This record gives sequence, structure tokens and C-alpha cells, in this order.
Amino acid sequence: MNKIDIKNGVVDMSHGGGGKASSQLIEQIFFKYFANEMLCTADDQASFDIPAGRMSISTDSHVISPLIFPGGDIGSLSVHGTLNDVSMSGAKPLYMSAGFILEEGLKLSLLEKIVKSMGQASVDAGVPIITGDTKVVEKGHGDGIFINTTAIGIIPEGLDIGGDKAQIGDKIIISGSIGDHGTAIMSSRENLEFDTTIKSDSAALHHLIADMVQVVPDIHCLRDPTRGGLATTLNEFSRQSNVGIDIIEQKIPVKTSVKSACELLGLDPMYIANEGKLICLVPANKVDELLKLMQSHKLGKDSKIIGEVVAEHKKMVTMQTQLGGRRIVDYLTGDQLPRIC
Amino acid sequence: MKYIEEFRDNKLAKVITANIKKECQDRQYNIMEFCGGHTHAIFRYGVQNLMPDNVKYIHGPGCPVCVLPINRLDSIIDLIKQENVILCTYGDMLRVPGSDKNSLMKIKAAGFDIKMVYSAMDALKIATENPNKEVVFFGIGFETTTPPTAVLIKMAKQLKIKNLSIYCNHVLTPSAMQSILDMKVEKGETPVMIDGFLGPSHVSSIIGTTPYEFVPKKYHKPIVIAGFEPLDVMQSTLMIIRQLNEGRCEVENEYTRVVKKEGNKKAQQLVAKYLDLRGTFAWRGLGYVKNSALKIKDEYSQYDAEKKFNMTESNTDDIKGCECAAVLRGLISPPECKLYKKICTPENPMGACMVSSEGACAAHYSYGGLLE
Amino acid sequence: MCLAIPAKVIKIYDDNQTATVAIGDVKKDISLSLVEDIKKDDFVLVHVGFALSKLSESDAKKTLDLFAETSI
Repeated sequence: MNKIDIKNGVVDMSHGGGGKASSQLIEQIFFKYFANEMLCTADDQASFDIPAGRMSISTDSHVISPLIFPGGDIGSLSVHGTLNDVSMSGAKPLYMSAGFILEEGLKLSLLEKIVKSMGQASVDAGVPIITGDTKVVEKGHGDGIFINTTAIGIIPEGLDIGGDKAQIGDKIIISGSIGDHGTAIMSSRENLEFDTTIKSDSAALHHLIADMVQVVPDIHCLRDPTRGGLATTLNEFSRQSNVGIDIIEQKIPVKTSVKSACELLGLDPMYIANEGKLICLVPANKVDELLKLMQSHKLGKDSKIIGEVVAEHKKMVTMQTQLGGRRIVDYLTGDQLPRIC
Repeated sequence: MKYIEEFRDNKLAKVITANIKKECQDRQYNIMEFCGGHTHAIFRYGVQNLMPDNVKYIHGPGCPVCVLPINRLDSIIDLIKQENVILCTYGDMLRVPGSDKNSLMKIKAAGFDIKMVYSAMDALKIATENPNKEVVFFGIGFETTTPPTAVLIKMAKQLKIKNLSIYCNHVLTPSAMQSILDMKVEKGETPVMIDGFLGPSHVSSIIGTTPYEFVPKKYHKPIVIAGFEPLDVMQSTLMIIRQLNEGRCEVENEYTRVVKKEGNKKAQQLVAKYLDLRGTFAWRGLGYVKNSALKIKDEYSQYDAEKKFNMTESNTDDIKGCECAAVLRGLISPPECKLYKKICTPENPMGACMVSSEGACAAHYSYGGLLE
Repeated sequence: MCLAIPAKVIKIYDDNQTATVAIGDVKKDISLSLVEDIKKDDFVLVHVGFALSKLSESDAKKTLDLFAETSI
């Protein structure tokens, strides 16, 4: 089979056609970096045995722009994001699939970079990408590349984690600083560029979660605060569980660089996306044990207790501000946009 | 972050709160905070919550996004559709609803070229990079945001840029204040008793403190130019309380670290060079206000989008039931508007008070539910 | 009102019209066209990419002292 010209070549309509060009692309880029036995059989599906138990499945489509940003790219993000979603049920992720929609004209060198990054993320996570699909759309009909990933996992026995499981008295832990990912993205967007050391926190959290649920199986809620940020996720819990939530602003970890960027653009870190953090609601008598465990883990070293679940003001999240006053923390509406006023 | 964190210190907040409680007399203190930024600080930090019951903040029309009438937004949307220009706009304007619930964000989704910019200078860059397209900069804002527009005209002229023009909607703060103080009470409305004003922080850095002297002189109300950090707001509140208690009535400046009496002369001169007063301008909620807005001077009309494209203004009314007008004037609080929360929400805003995060309704919706 | 933020001038370009400022550790290039006599290490107020005013350190300190005064 001929070698495709990764250095100078671009994606064209033939790459999605299912013929020779498609096969070349799949073998020389996707199979190369996702290398695993199941994938490389090149069947239309992957078949496997799974242990008995309750399964969890999650799918996510990634359309981010820019494709490459400080601390990551759309490839690694698509692996981390879906692994995180499935593991928020307490599940151990087993396998992933990946579907690509490529825009005609996308540089093959850029595609290779993204796929290589995805492959690495998958290897680091210990979760192989075992089946996939590629389509090509005409120029102007895509944003370079869209990626869909799906992950399946098995939930260990004895876990009952869900957004509607919060109990009054539960304590709330955040696994680290908020606002890193969204701010990193914004710093690379056109017309908003500013110089900063902020990197996306994009990371797979399933190893941390596996340790957490082993030590404290009666965790009630787990979620990663992605779009809409910490504020939106807390509101989701309070609505789903029909409880009130009280948090303390001074306890919420925010990196100085993120605070500075937010001041510059007039944004609130509470509403900015995170891609490598989790929020956990746990019975009060287990919180210290869980916090200690999380803080001993690389991805949880900055974990903090930030609040608790209360009986008052059901379906509402309130916050004691750094000034000592009290305010409501509502859902994010629309997109947070930099403002002049 | 220097000059920021120290002005949010909660130990100092306790001192100021205690002072306010000690010095408050047995009377009502209604303080109009004119600026969106003050509305934001009050809600975000829960300042109203820290005040005694007889100190009440009334939210005024100090949000240039909120006060832009629908027909000015409709006009620019029409221009974009007809002439296929590139529109450069600050982020605040993107979600403001015009007629038929059109907004710049919706037009952008329909494929028109609308670019959000952080600075007016970005419009210059975009015009240079797109020499075959007309670029229009949506100039909104009070006196703080006007000088950058003047610089834009200056640079465009210097660099001989021919494909750039400005849709000028800059408005003036003292006129708006006067309009509120002058307003007659309509039948059925309860008059608003405003005891004092928190004056705008950054508008004042440009215009200085002298333009506010008419407030104590003509209307006998104290005004304190307040910084926009929460401690500034609280200390300024204390200063107004003291003026009222002592029967004083003057312009005081709490924001001395930024605002000088004479303001920024260089900025003022630049604005005077390129922009002129409009005889009158429509403000949402205040109606037509004399000498309250600016337009581009005739000699620079090649940079004036209204002249370049022969823009016309339609006579569009506010949405039926929308009470932005009364909210902007401090006559009612957001929950007293019949549309508030039932139909008008941040996801589906009926009027500008809900769209802009500085608007009284949006701020109340997001932060103020505790007060209900 | 207008979102404006205090920032430290860390570099002034040769044209004296542009500067790099830092807010915390975030840096941005802004215009100095609206101000005069700005030096490195000064603090300026930044709004939509322009410096509007120089911050007075002495006035800032006086203001903080005033906040701390307890009423008699």
C-alpha cells in the first residue's frame, strides 16, 4: 500500500469514501496510534466478553475550537471527557469507540498530531479504542474535525451513585482548582489573546475514582463540572435531589492566573468549564477519610471541602461570599461572554 | 492582584458594616447606584445582605447595553443583512434582543459575519486584514468607552483606512442622571424617593467630578463617586449616610486612587476632536433625552456608518408587557414586572434589563433570589 | 459602567503608544494613547484594551486606612 503524504497532504472526499484512500488513512494514522488487537482486525465491529455486573455507557461529541490549546487538544480531550463521564457512575471504563467527521482540506499533519495525542491518552488511561468510523464532509461544512467518543464500563457492586442521591448533611468536595480549562481555551481564541501560563486541566479521572469508591463506597454523587462550570453542576445536584446547597467562596480553589484572566475579561470562574476535576457529595462521617485519600492522589492533591447539602432553600445553591455576604449561585444561561460593562 | 484583593478584604468589610450600623439613624436611606458595575458588585458579593434594613440600593440605568433602544439595534441588524458588512462588537451586545427576537448572536448563527472584539483596535486590524469588505464597529458605552472609539477614528484616518466606519451609540452619564431626577411621575406610579447617588467609577476617571455638581446644587442630593470593588461601594454608602445625617449635600470622591477632579484631559480632548453632541437621543426607559449622546463630527463623516450607508431608523416599540422602562428608572424592582421569571428569563430575555448581566433583572435573577 | 482593571506596566514599546501590562501573571498588550507620563512599574486602569488612568499608590493606601477607621 502506498504511503500517504502526511507532511504535505490534506483530507479530501476520497478519504471518507470507503475505498483505497480511506483504508490508507485508517491504517497509516488511526491504526498506527490506536494500536490494539481488536481494532486492527479491521472488522466493522469489536466483540468482547465482559464480566457480569451493571454496565455504564456514555457518549460525547467534541467540537472545540481551537483544536490545539495550552495543556491539550481535541484528541486527548475527547478521550478524557468521555472516560470521565462514564466513570462518574463509579464505573471502571473498559473500552472506547471513536467516530470522526473530517473537513475536506484538514491538514494530515494536524490530523496525525490529534490522533497521536488521542492514542497516548488512551494508553495512559489503560482503555483501548477498539472500534471507529471516519467520514469526510465538504469544505465549509465542518470546523476542521469533530470527534465523537463512546465509553463503556462496569460498576463495582455496592455502589449507588447518582445526581438524585444527595442527602441533607452531605459534604461537598471539589478535586482541585476551577476554571483552568475554559480560561486556557479563551486565551487562545482570536481577538482575546492574552499571555498566560494557564493550561487546560484535561485529564482522565477514573483511576482516582476507582480508589475513591473502594475506600468510601457510599459516595452519593459524582460529576465533572464541564460546560457551565462548578455553579451549574451544583445546581443540577440540588434540583435532581431536591435539596439546598450552601458553599463558601473562600474555600473554592482558584489559581491566581485564572482569577487574573477572569478579572480582565469580566468572567466568573464558577461558570467556567473544567475537564479534569470532579465534584463529590459524601456523608459527613466519611468526608475526612475521602479527602485524605483524594489529596494523596496526583489528580486530587488540591481537593477541598467547599460546602454542604442543607434542608433549606431546596433546589437552590447559595454561597457565603468572600466579603461575608450571601448570594444565590444560579445556573449559567447562554455563554459567558467577555464584557465591557 | 494588587489594587484588587485589598479592596475585597472581609475584615475591612466587617469594620465598614459595623460603622454603617452604628451611624444609621431612624430613617430610610435610598441610594441609587447608577452603574451596572456597582449593581454587579452589590449582587456578586452580597452587599445588600450586609446592610441594615433601612439602607436600600436602587438600580439605575447605568448600563449602556440596557438603555440602547430596540430600533438602534434593529438598524444595525438591517445594515448587516443588506450590505453584508463585517460587524465588530463588544461581547455585551451579542445577546440583546431586537424586534422579532433577532439578536446579533442569532444573525451570526445565520451566517453573517459578526466578530466579537475585546478592543476597538481589533476592528482596525480586521479592516486591514479584509480590504475588500466593509467593516463596521458597533460603538456603545458611556464616557469610559468613548475615548477608545475616538482613537479608532484617529488611527483610521492616520492609516488612510477606507473600509472602516463606526455606528456611534455613545451616551452621556450626567444627562441620564438629570433625566432621572427630572422625571415626572406618571399616574399610578409611586414616586421613587432617591436620597443619594453612588456615582460611576470609571466614567468619572474620564470626565472628572465637576460634571456632577448639578446634583447637589440643583437637586439637593448628595453624590459620592464610588470605586467598583465591594469595599468601595460600602464605604461610599457610609459617606452618603454621613452626608444625609449631617445635612450636607456635595460631590465627594471615594475613588481617589483613580479619579481626579479634572478627569483625563487627554481623553476628553480626543473625544471633543472627533465627536459631537447629538441634540437628542432615545434611551430605553427614559424616552428622548436632550444632549445625552454623541455622533461623529461631519468632517469625519467617512467614518460614520449612519452617513456612509444612509441608515434609517424605524420606530419600534418595546415588547408588550416589558417594564424595562420602569425598572431602569428605579420605579419598580424586577419581581414587580409581570414578565419577570414567567416569560422573561436570561435564556429568553424580553428586554435589555435581562440580557445584560449588569441589568437589574439579570442581576436579581442570578443573585438576588435570596431577597425574595 | 465599565469593567476596568488595575494592571502593572511591565514593558513600554518604543513607540510609547503600546505597553505590556500584567494582572497577576496574565499579560496583555494595551494602548497608551489615552494617558501620559507612564513609566515601567506604574499601575494603570485598563478598559477595553486601553489604559485610562494611572493609579495613585498613596491614595490607595489612604483609602484602605479610611476603611479601617472605626466610627466613634
